[in-house]
Amino acid sequence: MNSEVTSLNSVMKLRPPYISVALISISSLAYEILLMRLFSIIQWHHFAYMIISLALLGYGMSGTMVSIAQRYLLLRFKLVYFSCLFLFGLSSIACFLIAQNLPFNAEEIFWDGWQAFYLLLIFLLLALSFFFAATAICLALLRFPDLVSRIYAVDLFGAGAGSLGIILLLYGVFPLPALVIIGLIGLLATLVSCWELHLINKKWLILVISFSMLLLVMTPLVFKLNISPYKGLSKILNINGTKIITELSSPLGLISVVASDKIPFRHVPGLSFNATHEPLEQLAVFTDADNMTVITQKPAHLEQLAYLDQTSSALPFHLNKPNKILIVGAGGGTDILQANYHKTPEIDAVELNPQLIELVDNQFNQFTGGLYQQEHINLYQGDARDYLTRTQQHYDLIQLALIDAFNASTSGLYALNESYLYTIEALQLYLQHLKADGYLAITRWIKIPPRDTLKIFVTAIDALKQSRIKSPEQQLILIRSWQTSTLIVKNGIFTFEELNQAQTFCEQRSFDIVYAPGLSTTEIKHYNQLRQPIFYSATQALLSDQRASFMERYKFNLKPATNDRPYFHQFFKWSALPEMLKLRHKGGISLLESGYIIFITTLLIAVLTSVVLILAPFGFFRHQSAPNNYKIKRFNVIFYFLAIGLAFLFIEIAFLQKFILFLHHPIYSVATTLTAFLIFAGLGSYCSGQLVKLKSRQQILQLSVISITLVSLSYLFILQFLFAFLITTPTSLKIVITILLIAPLAFFMGMPFPLAIDSLLQHEKSLIPWAWGINGCASVISAVLASLLAIHFGFTAVIVLAMLLYLSILFIFPDMEDAAI
Amino acid sequence: MLKAKKIVIFLFSGFYFSTVFADDFAMQRQQLVKEIETEVKATSLYLDKEALDPKVMQAIVSVPRHEFVPPEQRSYAYQNRPLPIGYGQTISQPYIVAIMTDLLKVDQQSKVLELGTGSGYQAAILSQLVDKVFTIEIVEQLGKKARERLTRLGYDNVQVKLGDGYYGWAEHAPFDAIIVTAAASHIPPPLIKQLKKGGNMIIPVGTAFMTQQLLLIKKQPDGKITSTQILPVRFVPVTGKH
Repeated sequence: MNSEVTSLNSVMKLRPPYISVALISISSLAYEILLMRLFSIIQWHHFAYMIISLALLGYGMSGTMVSIAQRYLLLRFKLVYFSCLFLFGLSSIACFLIAQNLPFNAEEIFWDGWQAFYLLLIFLLLALSFFFAATAICLALLRFPDLVSRIYAVDLFGAGAGSLGIILLLYGVFPLPALVIIGLIGLLATLVSCWELHLINKKWLILVISFSMLLLVMTPLVFKLNISPYKGLSKILNINGTKIITELSSPLGLISVVASDKIPFRHVPGLSFNATHEPLEQLAVFTDADNMTVITQKPAHLEQLAYLDQTSSALPFHLNKPNKILIVGAGGGTDILQANYHKTPEIDAVELNPQLIELVDNQFNQFTGGLYQQEHINLYQGDARDYLTRTQQHYDLIQLALIDAFNASTSGLYALNESYLYTIEALQLYLQHLKADGYLAITRWIKIPPRDTLKIFVTAIDALKQSRIKSPEQQLILIRSWQTSTLIVKNGIFTFEELNQAQTFCEQRSFDIVYAPGLSTTEIKHYNQLRQPIFYSATQALLSDQRASFMERYKFNLKPATNDRPYFHQFFKWSALPEMLKLRHKGGISLLESGYIIFITTLLIAVLTSVVLILAPFGFFRHQSAPNNYKIKRFNVIFYFLAIGLAFLFIEIAFLQKFILFLHHPIYSVATTLTAFLIFAGLGSYCSGQLVKLKSRQQILQLSVISITLVSLSYLFILQFLFAFLITTPTSLKIVITILLIAPLAFFMGMPFPLAIDSLLQHEKSLIPWAWGINGCASVISAVLASLLAIHFGFTAVIVLAMLLYLSILFIFPDMEDAAI
Repeated sequence: MLKAKKIVIFLFSGFYFSTVFADDFAMQRQQLVKEIETEVKATSLYLDKEALDPKVMQAIVSVPRHEFVPPEQRSYAYQNRPLPIGYGQTISQPYIVAIMTDLLKVDQQSKVLELGTGSGYQAAILSQLVDKVFTIEIVEQLGKKARERLTRLGYDNVQVKLGDGYYGWAEHAPFDAIIVTAAASHIPPPLIKQLKKGGNMIIPVGTAFMTQQLLLIKKQPDGKITSTQILPVRFVPVTGKH
């Protein structure tokens, strides 16, 4: 069949459709990233993660379908290739619009079986676009077998450009118009393919494509994002007199500012029962239609801010008046106002999202009275850890107050989100930047039974211990209201006076002291009672030699997060699952850490679907030839393509996380790492095609695998020292260094796939689509599995596993064999 | 004549079916109450009692929950689960409604304030137990529907107000009990003021479909405020003894 296709190409002078392959790769990868954005807005991030992960199984489905129908499809290559591109362009928008209108309610999934069905429909709808894109690329690989390494290289270059392109695009364009642009690129690919496939004389085709493009352009005029009615933004807009007054979009999120001209928002989480002051006028700020925070009107006089002194985060101001403070996560400026109320002379603040700063600084400058421009306030736009690694400043107080929103935090939705702000290393960094007797104050939402509060307490103990503090128990105070807890870590031992101040502060506000050095439960008044004093007994146990046993017996995971396992929000324990599942309809639904469960479900579905997709073509192979006539062991094909699919993403994801700590910005890190990996892997693929002319495939494979292993291994040892050495390097230079570090690794990672495809091409070409599908399935499993492994074993373990997988493929390269499966 | 016959048959069958459905719903309510009783027993350690006040259970038996949910949710009305009622709101899980109502410790003379009318179901339950219920709903469309429904079903001792609940309902204050089912970032201080000394305030904390804890606020006879956080489920967070 190989020679048939080659001769067919030469007769028709058909050249590989490089440009349309590149365009479809650009748009499909951009689509993948954009869908995450879109579903994070209309639903919640963890469901977005699940839906998109599963939708990518469309790649696996295409491999299975092409495996079965390859002869039929190849004979109609032009029509099928063209149709796939066209259908991708249309379905990318149409399927999303249909999916967002299905009555799926993530919150109801544990109550209503129908929700699983709607979820399945959404997944199938979205998988359709990836199915079309993957089928087009797979057919191009099949149709031009001699140029596999080039086509694969173009595919990877396109994907690299797509990942970078969509991130840049999202800085200037809202998500829905961005979706239209992706659809248009899909249709542009179709148009280009007309020229590449000599279909340009078919005028009606051009007309249809042009008309479709026009339809797509009109989409944002007709459709809007259908945000879940259970998200904070939707709920607040149901109140008369509320309206969105401005919206900003970036890859970090969609920010909506809401004003209310009738009923004030009065957003002061954790306010004491004894408070009497009413909050000032506020504007509500939503990120991705949830996570409400506020921008507060300029007070006419400081006394109007007195209500901010009625929250647990105000405690450090009462222990010892700080002169210089650092606020992590300035947001709308509430913590700055709290510090202003206490007349703090010098305030430094860090905010990651430039658009929040833009809102306070420019758009609502008059409303806030130029809050961020006040002389005693220095605002740094960027990541807090980045700021602290660069600055020589030391503070009387470092304040981290309620950085994440209540709903997501309490329902366990952050389980999969990495957070480098609450790792042991992060707390050590904060402590290093405290003046002598300075305070680190961390305020978290209260969950019942306690989770965050206890985990941050253990993390602080470990951070102090690792900073060679002999008696950490002397440097901690933990207080709580019914809604929030505040942990104070002092750079020194608490004095008797400070302990008295803490007690008075709590008594005046009806807050409870959970832990303070030397205080026993009998001495403390209890304003917020539980059936069992679990906060008290847990902190006592965590400071005693019972700690290990307590953490083992506690039904939530309290193990502190580290840079290698940055999952602070992961509280799930397998051992507690059966009990929690049993109680889910008996008032115990909130015990289920839903983020982790959704994550595991995603992995299970991905694995099961992959097994079906991978095994489905077997019947077809049997039909084609008897097993003892197989030229290549099926097992080798499965294992090889599974292994490289898993290993590629393991390394990509793990190093992406490592580079976040270097670049200190999630968006820069994702954009740089993803693009560099894909582009250099593309280059590796291209070069492998050239090298095959000089060396055997096995030799090139050995070279690439050994290089990947050596580079990965060396990075595991040197990266932390290198990052420490380059800590103060400007970000632009850090990006260049990141690209240079990724280049050699990615270059060699781009080789194993085209080498094996080349081997299949020589010996059993009909297996190529199958291999393509296996690789697609492995990529889906890999993304989920990498995070799961990182949660439990850390990213270093993920890299080590990837190296082992790469080494294993040396023994199972799918080459000519006599033996059957 | 034939037409008239058809109309009579239609009306009769309508009457017949509505009676059958009404009986069916009543049976489902009895079943639901049994379910709640079993779960309360299992959670007795946390609720400090083996069973809820029989009057509360009787109120659950008598209030037709199916009248408080949208037509497409009626077939689920007597399942022990929260149901969507539109505008991003839900009608709470009956088990949680029963516990909250019990925790308010109200009697026939009580005056109760509710923040967040929703469908009106909680107000209807309370109306069976107390003298007067005052309920405030911030989402006008929801409030209007609830007012119309409560009037139609004859819950005459319930007054519905539309708008801001932050300042409570000063004309009718103080209240023997207050229930806050509307999400708020904090407990509005005016509400605490409007709670009688010795009175209880209950607040379910969590998201629309997930009650994480029940916050019971007590105004002591001396005016001091204390709160108790109740996990509405039998769950011990630590295994074994410690």
